[in-house]
Parts: sequence; structure tokens; C-alpha cells
Amino acid sequence: MTADIVRYSIFSLAKQALASHSGWPEAWRKPEPKKRYDVVIIGGGGHGLAAAYYLAKLHGLRNIAVLERGWIGGGNTGRNTTIVRSNYFLRDNANFYEHSLKLWEGLSQDLNFNVMFSQRGNIILNHDFGGADGARTRYNALRLNGIDGEYLTREQVRYRVPDLDFSPTAHFPVFGAVNQPRSGIARHDAVAWGYARAADSLGVDIIENCEVTGFDIQDGTVKGVQTNRGDIAAGKVGIAVAGHSGVVAGMAGLRLPIETHLLQAMVSEPVKPFLDTVVISPGVHVYVSQTDKGEVLMGGALDGYNSYSQRGTWPTIEDVVAGAVAMFPRLRGLRLMRTWGGVMDMTMDGSPIISKTPIRHLYIDGGWCYGGFKATPGSGWVFAHTIANDAPHKLNEAFSLERFRSGRVLTERGVGNFPHHH
Amino acid sequence: MLLISCPYCGERPEEEFAFGGDASVVPPNGAGEGAPVGTETFADYLYLRDNPKGRHREHWIHRYGCQRWIEVERDTVTHEIHAVRVAGEGK
Ligand SMILES: Cc1cc2nc3c(=O)[nH]c(=O)nc-3n(C[C@H](O)[C@H](O)[C@H](O)COP(=O)(O)OP(=O)(O)OC[C@H]3O[C@@H](n4cnc5c(N)ncnc54)[C@H](O)[C@@H]3O)c2cc1C
Ligand SMILES: [Zn+2]
Repeated sequence: MTADIVRYSIFSLAKQALASHSGWPEAWRKPEPKKRYDVVIIGGGGHGLAAAYYLAKLHGLRNIAVLERGWIGGGNTGRNTTIVRSNYFLRDNANFYEHSLKLWEGLSQDLNFNVMFSQRGNIILNHDFGGADGARTRYNALRLNGIDGEYLTREQVRYRVPDLDFSPTAHFPVFGAVNQPRSGIARHDAVAWGYARAADSLGVDIIENCEVTGFDIQDGTVKGVQTNRGDIAAGKVGIAVAGHSGVVAGMAGLRLPIETHLLQAMVSEPVKPFLDTVVISPGVHVYVSQTDKGEVLMGGALDGYNSYSQRGTWPTIEDVVAGAVAMFPRLRGLRLMRTWGGVMDMTMDGSPIISKTPIRHLYIDGGWCYGGFKATPGSGWVFAHTIANDAPHKLNEAFSLERFRSGRVLTERGVGNFPHHH
Repeated sequence: MLLISCPYCGERPEEEFAFGGDASVVPPNGAGEGAPVGTETFADYLYLRDNPKGRHREHWIHRYGCQRWIEVERDTVTHEIHAVRVAGEGK
């Protein structure tokens, strides 16, 4: 049974407008959990919902449930700063994130839901010769992988982002920058809602307030999950719980190469548009963009110690704001409106895990570090493939759990092992 | 803001300290002193973590104070600090 779905279009909008918008059906159903599903996905963030959607759409499966402990969009999906890019250095990362970026480019049409994907570039400043050389190397690698990227001189940066500090006393003088023009931002809630609605319309049961508390594992094969709403049998189970990867995998007796850390973001009061791209300074380790509502959106580094609290502390807020003001001196007089935090699944090499596990028919998608929002479509797409075929797609072969045993880790910066990569 | 009671200096704000990671992780070969171990055991030591939601034993260094390593037992949900001791005296 599928929902009484209304396709969003100019016609349905006009029809509803005439009825004072009183006739819109709910975007997805609220079904009771069934006794058994072919596939159970744990975690109703963007990744879990996208995996369910592609399982139904591309792999012909229909008897699927997404179990979400809280509500749809309440996790990192609804807490992140929505940067979407594919400017990776290592080929495995580049190919995967580029595939994801291509899916982003058609996502609103595919889901019949406007995710407000806005390709406005992603400008990473450099502040000295060494930084410029490093950036050129990375962006040449990018272009060799067939992905767009350009180098900007100081003057070109000034033309594009005139409000940066170009004065002789700038704390971190702008030397140059690299840009990936096809990068962008999107409306994070819309991504969760769009995937939820589209998956529901293909018959996927999205079950909120349903927390997985254990697994039923027999002879090394997963047979189902225990939840606060009863036991649910499953042919296959996929874990997509981001910051709680370690906790949920632990219920299946697995230890992961992941630590959970806290990442904060914050917005100022809204101001007139002055910034139409995303700017990142490796000098102050802060990134800044402006939301459609006019708020200045800022983020920085992890708070720095293991945390599941979803609440940040002041030292980091001060660091981020000080960094943003160093980049854009005119932000100095603005008031901070809101700060929040999310729990981040930080892998020990900085790259994700989309993989089979030592337990048959149990799969995991996690370890997203700072960057899982942009991966949402691509991750759901390859995770669906991995679950449906009981084997990874070429695009996620390298993201195996095995790599932490074999030594074929994927460190973008060539350093490790620590859970702070971004 | 955490307040950490350094066993040497007393209660100080978090900003004076730097985080040193999970204190329950110890080299399986006794930092080179013990018998050699297999690569799998060593890889697990390098990469795998308990990552508990709750009490966590962790190292901190009082970088802008006495510069000594300490071990803190802290709750990763509430951030409440349950115990602080001199590093190496743990367990
Ligand atoms: C402040 C901040 C800024 C960020 N900025 C960016 C950015 O600019 N670009 C980018 O690409 N990424 C960014 N990220 C990272 C990105 O948000 C995450 O990597 C990504 O959202 C994780 O995947 P998800 O959407 O599926 O996770 P989530 O939305 O967190 O989904 C996981 C879900 O699993 C549920 N769950 C947990 N345990 C259980 C259980 N036992 N049973 C049932 N359900 C359970 C949770 O309730 C949650 O809803 C940022 C993150 C934060 C916090
Ligand atoms: Zn001290």
C-alpha cells in the first residue's frame, strides 16, 4: 500500500492555492512496523533514506523499512552546513564524490522535491607559496580525474569575494585560492524530506520513534533487529546511523575504526546578501557562507574530544567567530543568533566505510567525518547496490572495513591514524 | 566549558589542556619492549576503538600549565568528569 501521493507541480500548486492549501496530503505515511522486511535500514538520516529509495527504485525491492530512533531530519542531516563538493585528491574518493555530485545535479527532478541545490562554487583560500603549491597539486589531480577545478589569483579572489580582508594588516593575507565551480549548497531538511517522500511513494515503510536496541544473529548471519517497538525479522540489515555507528555496530559485537566527536556550526542574524559562494580559510580553519535567509553560516574544527552530546562549548564558538571575523572584518558588529552541534562519526583515516561486515547480510554505511551531507545521494546509491548484490559497487570497493586490516587506508592528507581528518 | 582538576595544579579551564585520546588503547607489544605481535593485532590496536557512549578513559596534557599527562574519566554524553589521575596510574 503506498501513500496517496500528489506530484508537486505548478498545476498541483495552483489547485491547492485555490483551496487555501488545505488539501495537501502528508508527505509520507506513518505505518506500524511489520513483522518482517526483506531489508531493514537502521537510521532515517539522509543516507538511510537514500539507500531505501535506491533499493526500491533501482533494485526492484519493495518490502523495505527505515527505522529511525527520533524523527526524520533530526540527526546530522538537519544540522550540517550543506557544503556539496567533489574536490578530492585520491582517485577512489574523487570518483565516488563526483558520482554523488552528478546525482545532486538531477536530484530535485528525480525526487520531485526542490532540494534547492545551488552550485555556487567552493573557494579554498591559500595564504602563502607553500599553500598555493599544495592547492595547485590537488586541483591538477582533480582535473586529471575529469572533475572541474580552477586556480584563482589574489585579484580574481578579490573580484569574486570583495569583502575578504585584502588590507595590508590582514591576519592571514589572501595569496590565492582554488575553486570548484560545480560545488554548492542545498536545503538540508528538503533532502531528508524529499528522499523520505520519494521512498514512501515506492512503498518503503518509514518508521519514526523506533530505536534499534539489538540484533538477532544466528550462525554468523543477521536475522532481524530488536527495537523499542518489538522484534522485526529481516532478510538483510543496513546500518546508517552516522555518529552512532560504534554504538549500533557494538550491538552486533563489532568494533569499528571510528570515534564519535562533536562538530559545531552557528549563524549570525540575517543581513543583506554579500556572499554568493562558500569560502574556506585553512589559516583560521573556518568556513563561511550566507544562507538564503541572509544569515552568515560559520563552521570550524571539531571541539576536540570524544562526545555524543550534540552540544558545543564556548572555546570552539569563540575560535570560529574570531576566524570568521579575521576573514571578513565587516562581520565584527554582527550578533550571533544560534549555535548547535552534531555527533560525527570520525574514521581513523578520514574516509568513509560503505561495506559488508563479518556478519552475513549485515552492511554498514558510516564514518562520514565532516563530509557526509554531500555524499548523501552517492552513498545511498552504492549502499543500495551493496545490499542488493551482497557485494560492493566498483565505486565503494575501496571503502571497505577490511582496509584497516590490509593497510590500504585512504588518507587524503597522507597522515594518520587519527580521527580528526576533514 | 570543562573544568579539569589537574592532580598537579588544581582546577583549570579546558583551554589550558589538549586532548590526547582514548587511554584504554595500549600498544599490544608493550611499546616495542614485549614480544612481537601479528600485523592484524597491531592494525586493530592502531585503528579500532570502543568509542563508548558514556564513561570514557582518556589522556589529556596540561599544555599551558604543568605540561604533564593526566588521565581523565569523562562521560561522553554529559561531559561530566568522574575522576582525574596521574597518567599511567589508570585502571
Ligand atoms: C555542524 C555540522 C556541519 C556539517 N557540515 C557538513 C557540510 O558542510 N558538508 C557535508 O557534506 N557534511 C557536513 N556534515 C556532516 C554530515 O552532516 C553527516 O556526515 C551526514 O549527515 C551523516 O549522514 P546522515 O545524514 O545519514 O546522518 P544522520 O542524519 O545523523 O542520520 C543518522 C540517524 O540514525 C539515527 N539512529 C541512531 N541510532 C539509532 C538506533 N539505535 N536506532 C534507530 N535509529 C538510530 C539517528 O537518530 C539519526 O537520525 C556536518 C555535520 C555537522 C554536525
Ligand atoms: Zn597541571
